[in-house]
Amino acid sequence: MKTLVIAEHDNGRLIAATLNTVTAASRFGGEVDVLVAGHGCAAVAAEAATLAGVSGVLLVEAAHYAEPLAENLAALVQRVAGAGGYRAVLAPATSFGKNLAPRAAALLDAAAVSDVVAIDAPGRYLRPIYAGNVMVAVESEQALDVLTVRTTAFDQATAGGSAVVSTLEAGPDLALSRVVGRELSKSERPELAAAAIVVSGGRGLGSGENYHRVLEPLADTLGAALGASRAAVDAGFVPNDYQVGQTGKIVAPGLYVAVGISGAIQHLAGMKDSKVIVAINKDPDAPIFQVADYGLVADLFEAVPALTSGIAQA
Amino acid sequence: MKVLVPVKRVVDYNVKVRVKSDQSGVELTGVKMSINPFDEIAVEEAVRLREAGVATEVVAVSCGSGASQETLRSALAMGADRAILVETDAELQPLAVARLLQAVAGREQPQMVICGKQAIDDDANQTGQMLAALMGWPQATFASKVAVGEGVVAVTREIDGGLETLELKLPAVVTADLRLNEPRYATLPNIMKAKKKPLEVLPAAELGVDITPRLRHVRHAEPAARKGGIKVADVAELLNKLRNEAKVI
Repeated sequence: MKTLVIAEHDNGRLIAATLNTVTAASRFGGEVDVLVAGHGCAAVAAEAATLAGVSGVLLVEAAHYAEPLAENLAALVQRVAGAGGYRAVLAPATSFGKNLAPRAAALLDAAAVSDVVAIDAPGRYLRPIYAGNVMVAVESEQALDVLTVRTTAFDQATAGGSAVVSTLEAGPDLALSRVVGRELSKSERPELAAAAIVVSGGRGLGSGENYHRVLEPLADTLGAALGASRAAVDAGFVPNDYQVGQTGKIVAPGLYVAVGISGAIQHLAGMKDSKVIVAINKDPDAPIFQVADYGLVADLFEAVPALTSGIAQA
Repeated sequence: MKVLVPVKRVVDYNVKVRVKSDQSGVELTGVKMSINPFDEIAVEEAVRLREAGVATEVVAVSCGSGASQETLRSALAMGADRAILVETDAELQPLAVARLLQAVAGREQPQMVICGKQAIDDDANQTGQMLAALMGWPQATFASKVAVGEGVVAVTREIDGGLETLELKLPAVVTADLRLNEPRYATLPNIMKAKKKPLEVLPAAELGVDITPRLRHVRHAEPAARKGGIKVADVAELLNKLRNEAKVI
């Protein structure tokens, strides 16, 4: 029983979510191959080969794989997975994997299972629906399953392997789409989806200026990533990639500090698996307090700076 | 340019869903149903394209039971020109819906399909990508901006690290994210007008498509609830708890 992991990478190194996906694939109990498709990405294949649990790395390089375009990649996955006797194809449930996996599944005539949080056995999966308010056990008798896996539910694979890298021939360039622009947020902070501590702000902050002035010192002191509620993103306080929730990022850090966030179910869906949740909000009836381990009803403009200096003094 | 907009009838986003006591699914009896919010954004985008003179016709399509006519009427009230119900009482999973939509797209020959990026019931986020695959069309998921050019469409997408703009050859599939637009409210006159717009009912069986579910949803359960926390009196107590009880700072 073999599984195939589609590596997400930037042609230089693996994106961390790939490591969680390798762990998920190893739950099938068989060999794990990792498909690295890109351009000038031999270093990525070499990195994948060092992961414990990986038995083979399939490297495919061509200029038309330099960008992770779904059309070319899905066709490649169809060819590789269709030929190789795989029981499952797995990708991380990131914007990369969510974009690619269903397209590849349809080409392979397979149903896809999204956001898998547990793999009990091949064909036995658990996933959240209704914004995480319901968990459903899914059973599949398909010969090949296509999954996206929620990275917060699986540990990252560690080093300790020495898989063989083999090179496969590239597929054709379908030339259906091309990247014409990209604006990526630059940040020295930890990546939101993988951070140990997340400081998140909502509408209660009132403005983008307040968001940065109040939350950044706390995040700096804690070495935390910054997140936001949909309300804060919609109001333009911060860019879209800050959003935590049903349709944003799913996080499960050791500590989640929710500041001025009321706690709509769509937001809770993205953070309620955090280990410790702190909520600071001036409304004592805010739903965020129902999931918070420690709730502080207070004016955030006074409480957050006090908390920051209290932590800094330790 | 004709735009096809698939819409789904789902439990209203304000409803707190409950699992049935036999765990076979979610209680739907007496529950308010609405058009999937992401599909509403897709309808709005298509209608704006027509209002801007880019699209010539907006066709809403839904797959499901007769009750989905209501969902299609919502789309018509927002400005869609006509609607198609692919009617079946069978359980439909995303691959089946993509196949039905493929058959409809084959008849209608749209230049663009705009759909919601995911439905808020099964949260699958699959149908648009699957339809694009079956049609052999390019796709742009998680769209926050759509600009149609000559034979192409430029779509700005919300991706993990920020924003990315793709140029797709038409015909293409675009899936709508939250910030693509703010859907209008249907006015009463438009709701009245929508009742007279054409709504074709097409039995799914006539499309000759295999819609057998591939997956079994065997057990539904509510996730373990977080046990209630405490309220602290002030920042000093919070610091004390985080340091000595939770030991996270």
